[in-house]
Amino acid sequence: MIVAGKGGVGKTTVTAALATAAARTGMSVLIVEVEGKSGLAACFGEAPLTYEEAELRPRVRARTLTPDDALLEYLDAHGMRRISKRLTRSGALDVVATAVPGMRDILVLGKVKQLEQARAADLIVLDAPAAGHAVSFLLSARGLLDAVKVGPIQKQAAEVVELLSDPTRCQVLLVTLPEETPVNELVDTAYAVEDRAGVALGPIVVNQCVPPLSLDGDIAADAALAGVTVDRSEIDALTAAARFRADLTRRQDEQCVRLAERLPLPQLRLPYFFTADVGATEIELLADELVLGIGALADAGADAR
Amino acid sequence: MTAPRELVEQRHILLCCGTGGVGKTTTAATLAIEGARRGRNSIVVTIDPAKRLANTLGLEHLSNTAHEIERSRWDPDGDAADGGQLHALMLDTESTFDQLVLTYARTEEQAAGILQNRFYRNIAGALSGTQEYMAMEKLFELHDSGGFDLIVVDTPPTRHALDFLDAPRRLTRLLDNRLFRMLMVPTRGVVRVGGMAAQAFLRTISRVVGSEAVDDVIAFFRAFEGMEDGFRERAGQVTELLASDDTGFVLVTSPRRDAVEEAEYFAARLADGEFAVDALIVNRVHARYCDTDPEALRERARALASRRSDASDRLATQYANLADFEQVAVRERDELTGLEDRIGDASIAHVPELGHDVHDFAALRAVGNHLMGAD
Repeated sequence: MIVAGKGGVGKTTVTAALATAAARTGMSVLIVEVEGKSGLAACFGEAPLTYEEAELRPRVRARTLTPDDALLEYLDAHGMRRISKRLTRSGALDVVATAVPGMRDILVLGKVKQLEQARAADLIVLDAPAAGHAVSFLLSARGLLDAVKVGPIQKQAAEVVELLSDPTRCQVLLVTLPEETPVNELVDTAYAVEDRAGVALGPIVVNQCVPPLSLDGDIAADAALAGVTVDRSEIDALTAAARFRADLTRRQDEQCVRLAERLPLPQLRLPYFFTADVGATEIELLADELVLGIGALADAGADAR
Repeated sequence: MTAPRELVEQRHILLCCGTGGVGKTTTAATLAIEGARRGRNSIVVTIDPAKRLANTLGLEHLSNTAHEIERSRWDPDGDAADGGQLHALMLDTESTFDQLVLTYARTEEQAAGILQNRFYRNIAGALSGTQEYMAMEKLFELHDSGGFDLIVVDTPPTRHALDFLDAPRRLTRLLDNRLFRMLMVPTRGVVRVGGMAAQAFLRTISRVVGSEAVDDVIAFFRAFEGMEDGFRERAGQVTELLASDDTGFVLVTSPRRDAVEEAEYFAARLADGEFAVDALIVNRVHARYCDTDPEALRERARALASRRSDASDRLATQYANLADFEQVAVRERDELTGLEDRIGDASIAHVPELGHDVHDFAALRAVGNHLMGAD
């Protein structure tokens, strides 16, 4: 499962929640982080991840995967340890990676494929690079197949393409916010992922939805009825905040409807937290929501059949 | 301390930096518009604008030349100062790079050899850092020959914050690569041991990635010979321009924790490079509706809910809602404290959460009013 979306939409949070939800069903989960610092471990209150696996909680392990590490491992495994040192030390790796665009991405995806084939976990969740880059990341394998006709990199690319285009083995979970620009960009990304990269899409996660509240009734009249005093400035503050929430939730709904019209995929909505930044407690709550949401989608699917 | 208003009135170049998704392009467009409204000939250079904002600025396609936006669009009421002009440009990385090669090549054959090389096309099209480099190159060109009073640059949303400052250096490092310099030795008619070892090394690389790629690289470095100095000199000029007093750095962020952390990192890196942040612009800040502590509001909601009447329940919900947004507003201000302390005497402007996307001139003007009113 590859989690992708524009920067700032909460990919990492969704990755953590998804892993937690899957682990609850008894699956073993491996989270793979491909971009430097994404704060994934911090979501679980743990120290930053390394290339070595760490257990974040029962059945949830996590690790990073950088192209340089993956290359060294690859060269090692193919009996080319000696040149690997020289490659990195001389800076030639930069040159080679430039000569073969997508090579860094293919090294990372190649390693993911290897983990998948070795059954490293029941579910591997990949916290992908930010949106624009996510598409080129997924396209890298096909691009390389066109450019490089022979050799181990070509073989690697072919196997990665096979993994990516098999919907039973790999899906992309796109994350967005219920706002205009993120929705527009998500739609573009979705078509690029499916049509150009040939990777199947899972449900869309609409993150940080402010839950609606029914805020009706006249505040001054209700105060009189309830027998409490609310001064003028507080009535104004309550009124302004109520209007803000009503506008916000209405616009969110509009964006979700617009998204559904433009992209016929099921949506999973996750709530926004007013009270705190996302930490271990919030991840559990989000996992609850995902379990509920996925259950509802499954029921709807069963009904439809 | 320099307020955003003074920056658009006085500076020649404004660089908007910050992580992705914080409204950097919107801020850059706003600053350019406000410059034009004050009678200056201004231009906004964007990298990757959201579609609707791009349409507003008339940037449906990449274009390497500035295009003017009709005055009636950005000054519909006709109340802006006389003489102002507004231009926009969306950076085309590849053609900017091609132009640079044409400038520094000694002969047409040399230029053609480079432009057709596949390795060069990869550098120009996809190498990370090239976009940053070309943004700076374009900035230099506009400064050098554009006749603009105010150039506002929206820097690329890079993962590593200030890549655009390092980009020229990184490219020259790639071009300086020792290994490939050794490869060029035989062309000079001297065969050395280093050259042989490098050849062997290259054969191994060829086994992994294919020999075509390696041949491209060698051809590129041969074709490029002699042009490095020009590139290095230009990189030096760009750095000088960025360090000038006429250039201002505007740090853009949102009040969310991850964005604030990125902004702190930016501020620190800028300081390392001996650049100072002139203004901090915080977009999408939630308003505070009252002075009451959010916890006290929640307490009030709980007390009302325990009264068990319809009216008190409704009132309790109202208090819970107010507590929600007050809590967000208080948290945002807490998040920002550390950053605001760290940026020295830069001016600070908050733009309120407007509740809708900003992509037309009316909305940009509303943002501008917030920024220009700030001290």
